Amino acid sequence: MLLLKNVKKSFAQPDGTRLPILDIAEFRVAAGEQMALMGRSGCGKTTLLHVIAGIARPDSGLVEVAGRDIGRLSEHGRDRFRADNIGYVFQTFNLLPGFSALENVLLGMSFTGGRVDEARAQRLLEHVGLGKRLTHKPAMLSVGEQQRVAVARAMANRPKLLLADEPTANVDTGHQQQIIDLVRNSCTEENVALVLVTHTPEVSEQFSRVDHLDQLNQAVVSA
Amino acid sequence: MSLLKIAWRNIEQRALASTLTGFSMALGVALVVAVLVAQGVIADSFTRGACGYHLVVGKKGSQLQLVLNTVYHLQDPIENLPYSFYKEFVTTGDQPGRFAPYVKVAIPYCLGDNYQGFRVVGTVPDLFDKLEYAGGRKYEFEPGGRNFEHDHFFEAVIGASVAKKTGLQVGDEFQPTHGLKEGDGHKHDAFQVVGVLKPTGTANDRALFINMEGFYLLDKHAKPVEEGHAADEHHEHEEGEHRHAEPAEHHAGEEREADHPGEARDADHHDADHDKHEHDDAHEKAAAAPDAHEHEGENHHHDHEGHDHHHEPLPEEQREVTAILVLASNDFSAEALRTTINEGETAQAASPIRVISDFFKTMVSGVSIALLSLTVLIIVVAGVGIMVSIYNSMNDRRRDIAVMRALGAGRGTVLSVILLESILLSLGGGLAGFLLGHALVGILGPVVEAFSGVTIGFLQFVPYELVLIPGLIVLASLMGYLPAMSAYRTDVAKALSASP
Ligand SMILES: Nc1ncnc2c1ncn2[C@@H]1O[C@H](COP(=O)(O)OP(=O)(O)O)[C@@H](O)[C@H]1O
Ligand SMILES: [Mg+2]
Repeated sequence: MLLLKNVKKSFAQPDGTRLPILDIAEFRVAAGEQMALMGRSGCGKTTLLHVIAGIARPDSGLVEVAGRDIGRLSEHGRDRFRADNIGYVFQTFNLLPGFSALENVLLGMSFTGGRVDEARAQRLLEHVGLGKRLTHKPAMLSVGEQQRVAVARAMANRPKLLLADEPTANVDTGHQQQIIDLVRNSCTEENVALVLVTHTPEVSEQFSRVDHLDQLNQAVVSA
Repeated sequence: MSLLKIAWRNIEQRALASTLTGFSMALGVALVVAVLVAQGVIADSFTRGACGYHLVVGKKGSQLQLVLNTVYHLQDPIENLPYSFYKEFVTTGDQPGRFAPYVKVAIPYCLGDNYQGFRVVGTVPDLFDKLEYAGGRKYEFEPGGRNFEHDHFFEAVIGASVAKKTGLQVGDEFQPTHGLKEGDGHKHDAFQVVGVLKPTGTANDRALFINMEGFYLLDKHAKPVEEGHAADEHHEHEEGEHRHAEPAEHHAGEEREADHPGEARDADHHDADHDKHEHDDAHEKAAAAPDAHEHEGENHHHDHEGHDHHHEPLPEEQREVTAILVLASNDFSAEALRTTINEGETAQAASPIRVISDFFKTMVSGVSIALLSLTVLIIVVAGVGIMVSIYNSMNDRRRDIAVMRALGAGRGTVLSVILLESILLSLGGGLAGFLLGHALVGILGPVVEAFSGVTIGFLQFVPYELVLIPGLIVLASLMGYLPAMSAYRTDVAKALSASP
């Protein structure tokens, strides 16, 4: 389902040299598999998700998602591939402030080749417990509720892979579990592979597979 | 969700800035629409009056002046033409005038009087019976009215605006004042209104038309008979190359009292006065020259003994006409007539349509191009306002754009959304401005009508307005380009990492 081989990523520094962030020999996730990814702050977890999603290009190496070598796709091809196959939940500010909860989900359906399925969008929001908040703008929702809308939106196009980047880091502890359950149940129901980045041991210990990026990563990043 | 809806949501998101920039666009478009409509209406109303006949013939001079004062009742007339010249256009008895074969209708105009500032035109009933206006429309009278009759010398027909302003109605009488401008000049004998014209949207709405026969009988309207000429000597009219077509004996038969021109009018006409003016004032010709006012001070008022008494027509040698409207038998004849007349020495012939479109090309269009440029500039400034507003919002929207990209939107898509925002704001503001502009025209219409007699409706459209739509789209695209490129270049990974 997901395969990274010899992926290297570095950033240019102001002094002209390049700072290596990622150097991953191999990283695999099977179809429908759910795993947690841990690591020090600044060790490159977000950068790794960007590379997987095709938002950032690796310096070298192979990134294969659902059997597609996305390095061979054009930028436009990667955008389209991402819309069709990858769901993404960020730590914060997932939602566009001008759009209602329902519209945010519909927005997730707007950039694929397929049609916008409003009934599905409504079902997804009902599934995350926001069936009665369809027309609410993000400002009228709590952070936890916003994250639930983001989860619904990430599932909108029936992706094969869901990337969740510390989805509960800004949610109060009382509601963290609710979000994690939603993400995991959604993935289970639709057989979506999940890479969930987290800091919190209470979250990671619920996963049968927990990878530590510090160990995977051969690039030495000094925080 | 369509890109259009996404763009609209973004506009809503910035409601205040959107409203303000949209409003400035609306103002600019409203002004352009107002200028376009005003210009179109003026041009239209000018051409309206200028069709229905081929030529205006008058004394040599400025063509524009001739057209303005006959067709539009503006400016002072050039001097008069001898009546004999008019007769060249008509058939008297079975004697066709020199130009008559080429002419369908020839209408004489005698100018020189006003009523409360409105021009009074001495003419013949054929003006309303045989000529059309505004491309095939017939003159019509308000119910209860009719055209004046040739044999009723002191009948008159008035234009719609005149009726409205002066309150004159069918059956009322009015006394034309000598001279073209409003003032307390010599008050002439009264004419009776027998018809009110329905509004035509031409300058004729602002004029009063009196029977030419009556006009000639008014004080100071007869061309003085020069001393040493016998009354029955018609040679005095044979000016230049335009020789009389009709033989002298024709006159004798037709005009009963032609032999006694001095007695043609009421016998008690104050001869002393006449003598004085006839000798010391070269301008004191029939259809008043522009400076006829100099006699205001002297009270010439003299009563006719009512209208029921029998009037004798003024002999032809004492008559003059200011202009002749000519409907030629066809376009070729019109052109031939025009050339022939202009080659002569006394008269000129002008095609009103041509003169007026030339006039518009040089004068009016110059002014309106300047006005249009100014208003278009306002639109451009409004467009720049939209650009600045969207561009300024880009920093706050970096993350939104990055989120959209993460959802799979391509660079081209986010670029299109921003362009659409610019176009929607421009077109939305433009539509509001379009309505506003026509509302403006609708409100100002009556005011313009009061001053010019030109009727402008709220729904008066000008084809040029259609250019506004592609024009606004092009402008909006140009203005949206800068912020749209900024969206296009957004570094998604960086924008997602940066905490907003
Ligand atoms: N666009 C960038 N340019 C330069 N350095 C970057 C950029 N993005 C991230 N980095 C650096 O890469 C490292 C890893 O960042 P990140 O992937 O966000 O870490 P994590 O998500 O594990 O906290 C950090 O040191 C960060 O400063
Ligand atoms: Mg991170």
